[in-house]
Amino acid sequence: MSVDRSDIEKVAALSRLAIDNETAGQVAQKVNDILEMIDQMQAVDTDTVEPMTNPLDATQRLRADEVTELDQREAFQAIAPSTEAGLFLVPKVIE
Amino acid sequence: MHDMTVSALSSALAAGEFSSVELTQHLIDRVKTMDGDYNAFLTLCEEHALQQASNADKARAAGQVHPLCGIPVAHKDIFCTNGIRTSCGSKMLDNFVPPYNATMIDKFDSAGAVMLGKTNMDEFAMGASNETSFYGPVRNPWNTGCVPGGSSGGSAAAVAARLAPAATGTDTGGSIRQPAALCGISGMKPTYGRVSRYGMIAFASSLDQAGPMARSVEDLALLLELMSGHDPRDSTSIDADVPKYSASLNNSIEGLRIGVPKEYFSEGLNPGTAACVEQAINEYQKLGANISELSLPHSPLSVPAYYVVAPAEASTNLSRFDGVRYGHRCDNPTDLNDMYTRTRSEGFGDEVKRRILVGTYSLSAGYYDAYYRKAQKIRRLIQQDFVEAFKSVDLLIGPTSPSPAFPLGAKTSDPVAMYLEDIYTIAANLAGLPALSMPAGLVDDKPVGVQLIGNYLCEAQLLNAAHQFQCATDWHQQQPVQGDMV
Amino acid sequence: MNWETVIGLEVHVQLATKSKIFSGASTQFGAAPNTQASAVDLAMPGTLPVFNGEALRMAVKFGLAIGAEIGMRSAFDRKNYFYPDLPKGYQISQMDYPIVGRGHVDIGLADGSVKTIGVTRAHLEEDAGKSLHEDFHGSTGIDLNRAGTPLLEIVSEPDIRSAEQAVAYLKYIHSLIRYLEISDGDMSQGSMRCDVNISLRPAGQSEFGTRTEIKNVNSFRFVEKAIYVETERQRDILEDGGSIVQETRLYDADKNETRPMRSKEVANDYRYFPEPDLLPIVIDQKYIDSVQHDMPELPKQKVARFVEQYQLSDYDARLLASDRDTAEYFEQVSSASDDAKASANWVMGELAAQLNRDELSIVESRVSAEQLAVLIQRINDQTVSGKIAKTVFDALWQEDSKAAVRVDQIIDEQGLKQVSDSGAIEAMVDDVIANNPQQVENYRNSAEDKRKKMLGFFVGQVMKASQGKANPAQVNQLLNDKL
Repeated sequence: MSVDRSDIEKVAALSRLAIDNETAGQVAQKVNDILEMIDQMQAVDTDTVEPMTNPLDATQRLRADEVTELDQREAFQAIAPSTEAGLFLVPKVIE
Repeated sequence: MHDMTVSALSSALAAGEFSSVELTQHLIDRVKTMDGDYNAFLTLCEEHALQQASNADKARAAGQVHPLCGIPVAHKDIFCTNGIRTSCGSKMLDNFVPPYNATMIDKFDSAGAVMLGKTNMDEFAMGASNETSFYGPVRNPWNTGCVPGGSSGGSAAAVAARLAPAATGTDTGGSIRQPAALCGISGMKPTYGRVSRYGMIAFASSLDQAGPMARSVEDLALLLELMSGHDPRDSTSIDADVPKYSASLNNSIEGLRIGVPKEYFSEGLNPGTAACVEQAINEYQKLGANISELSLPHSPLSVPAYYVVAPAEASTNLSRFDGVRYGHRCDNPTDLNDMYTRTRSEGFGDEVKRRILVGTYSLSAGYYDAYYRKAQKIRRLIQQDFVEAFKSVDLLIGPTSPSPAFPLGAKTSDPVAMYLEDIYTIAANLAGLPALSMPAGLVDDKPVGVQLIGNYLCEAQLLNAAHQFQCATDWHQQQPVQGDMV
Repeated sequence: MNWETVIGLEVHVQLATKSKIFSGASTQFGAAPNTQASAVDLAMPGTLPVFNGEALRMAVKFGLAIGAEIGMRSAFDRKNYFYPDLPKGYQISQMDYPIVGRGHVDIGLADGSVKTIGVTRAHLEEDAGKSLHEDFHGSTGIDLNRAGTPLLEIVSEPDIRSAEQAVAYLKYIHSLIRYLEISDGDMSQGSMRCDVNISLRPAGQSEFGTRTEIKNVNSFRFVEKAIYVETERQRDILEDGGSIVQETRLYDADKNETRPMRSKEVANDYRYFPEPDLLPIVIDQKYIDSVQHDMPELPKQKVARFVEQYQLSDYDARLLASDRDTAEYFEQVSSASDDAKASANWVMGELAAQLNRDELSIVESRVSAEQLAVLIQRINDQTVSGKIAKTVFDALWQEDSKAAVRVDQIIDEQGLKQVSDSGAIEAMVDDVIANNPQQVENYRNSAEDKRKKMLGFFVGQVMKASQGKANPAQVNQLLNDKL
């Protein structure tokens, strides 16, 4: 499979990345090189293979329902780009 | 002092030959004088380290302490360190000072170890040459015109250059083993889940694993013992006892069954590297191991499968870097989308963006089955190859990387060529198996690493076999020639 | 043309765990902004989720209650999208392997019929934070206290055909989650929220029309109104020969209209994939049995028992059992008064009306179950008449003391005791007959079947004279005799 500029732009928008006009072609080319390498996978028949989502054959541990975290707002917001009245500020959101 | 291994330093500290403060100060001076040549450190924790060293000296004077008490260690800048900038090699986190520690850092702290500094790395651990770092490339102490490998290139260079006796790294597709090989040190990626991932900035969650890097396998054992263990804050952490790895290092390896996967000696392998690996295999034969050739038929698909799984997971792991709560935010955003897009476009470098794009694409509607799901199935096949292999052998041996260190800039314009650097290391990540690299020779005055891969949770056996090799050889004692002496 | 409305509901229920689904931060409502947002909830780099076992237990409880298949092996997935109240840039949810599979609920409708609504699935996921749009110099403020609160998303089949059925279904789910004690169900605090999927098709057509989704309709009344206006909007478009755009809409209660959501304009590709930071959840029969063991009596079982044990009508039983607190109150009154029928009538009648008027829930009732039981006993032992009892009830409501002893005290203090002294009543009856000769004349000249009605006049006059306290049975008897 190969991608063109418009595919790259679509994926970039989904990823919230800007691709400028000059480099879009180049980016598409490199992504295509990678996809071409990846496409070696398609040669193998995997119809009966169960996908492996995790190397461990372990199952999820359950945490006890206890409140263990204390308020650390001050420490967390000290490193935030923009806060006011205990809130994180972002450009206006329109629903 | 700087030439000593961790175990030698530990004995010397115990014997009172010198103090941790003296040792730490010496290494700080070395870093200050010499690291301009390597760029291995992003942060030198001078004050913090001396304070820890002084505390360690007091603890030693007071009695029983952990063997790593007072030992300076350099940590890859991917581990969150409370109050100390943690950049992950990215502009995105250039200003990020976490108010919490990674579990692994807590473990080093509780042992009384000294955090010397934070080491350079490929941005978000994406790279095999340390050239994607926002802070510039790391140079290989053996040849400063060459790369140290990556992504844990800063840690490997720091240990190789005798700036730190040991360091931590992370390995998603070979990021501990390949730089260890290229810098002539020992490095280990444990079984997936052996070391907690909490507080380690995620690249690809199902592949990431932290591990130790040092100048001897004996040191790896000491460090791994401390780093390992179950962490209730990491759901994927293994709840199994941690063996005393150092205790079994001297076991005989007479009769140990070692398999040689024929796929690991493919056409891309540098002949000099191949010769070093052959020599290591001969050495094992001399040590009484039974060598047999075998096949891992799906291993040629490791790189393709990996470059779907890793970017896919990375593309969503990196969504949290949105300029809202921490890290970089662009100036004067006009609206929400502008803030997201400019923040991320400014904060991430080219390789990271490329992987986000590939990952997003492979997960997007219509492509998921052909890419992500397919790769997870290939991953299962690769794992089954190993399961089959470990029915007849105890360990696997092969090269760590296809060639010794290459010149800076040689592969930066060709991502796929760079990806093939990890052709022999990736399979262990996909399967979650423990693997290590140790020095096995020199080609053109540059180190070559040999890789051992073990079965799940068989780190003790792996370390034992590797230590026996180091008892019989001195490749791990070779040092780069360094201009400046401190 | 005759149109059929097809409705499917997605109900988000906040589970009443103490801590969040993937972190140890508190879920308590109403804390100062971001004081209950831990490193995990803020998606600080390197932090990881660990699953809260209680959320699993609550989800399984719900599944068992609706007779659903339980996912013995379920798993979490990531749902990827950017939004400021979603710190990780993905929501941890369940896509392919939900914890609760296919089940169903039976809802009682006003015409007495029962309709079965299929539940497609119910899955666990984490709630997002809140965006506060008040003006912060043109910015939006983000509070992540709610981020990571466990949600159970209950997805119905498109089996619902009217606003009435939708509300009945929601009320049933609401009652069920409260019975199971897995959620407080407080809709004003967002503990239960609803997305409505709605489409129209010509009556008799089997395939569905294009649907719209109305997001976050957060009260029964708004669900009803939103369905009405959206049905009308779609019908108008279809009847004008137009077609419906599949989109997400918002219900504006002030304008009573739905409109497209701007933030959802860009078609999203959520890129679901298995969450690699969490492992599959595997449960066994022993686990299911232990959850089953802790199961309370469910509404359906309670209705059957009320009909059987108290000889209530199915309708009354359903009404009383719809809310766990109401059912409990009723049973307390009934057992203390030993009169189920009267207890049911009082709880559904006078008490319900008062609660409604003062906007109180039954646990906040100003008349306690003990007081109401004593009051019913006083009617039954003829201390007060049913009418006077309402006066006593009002006094109890005003006073809000909740002490049972106050019932008799109020009757005494206000002299409300029924007059059963036949001499006194006879005197009043004689007076009334003497003072209304014309009516007496009419009565006596009337046919037997009309007299019954006319008797009411005399009873009323006697009751008035006695200020309502005369024993009505005695009054009737005496009037009958004397006339």
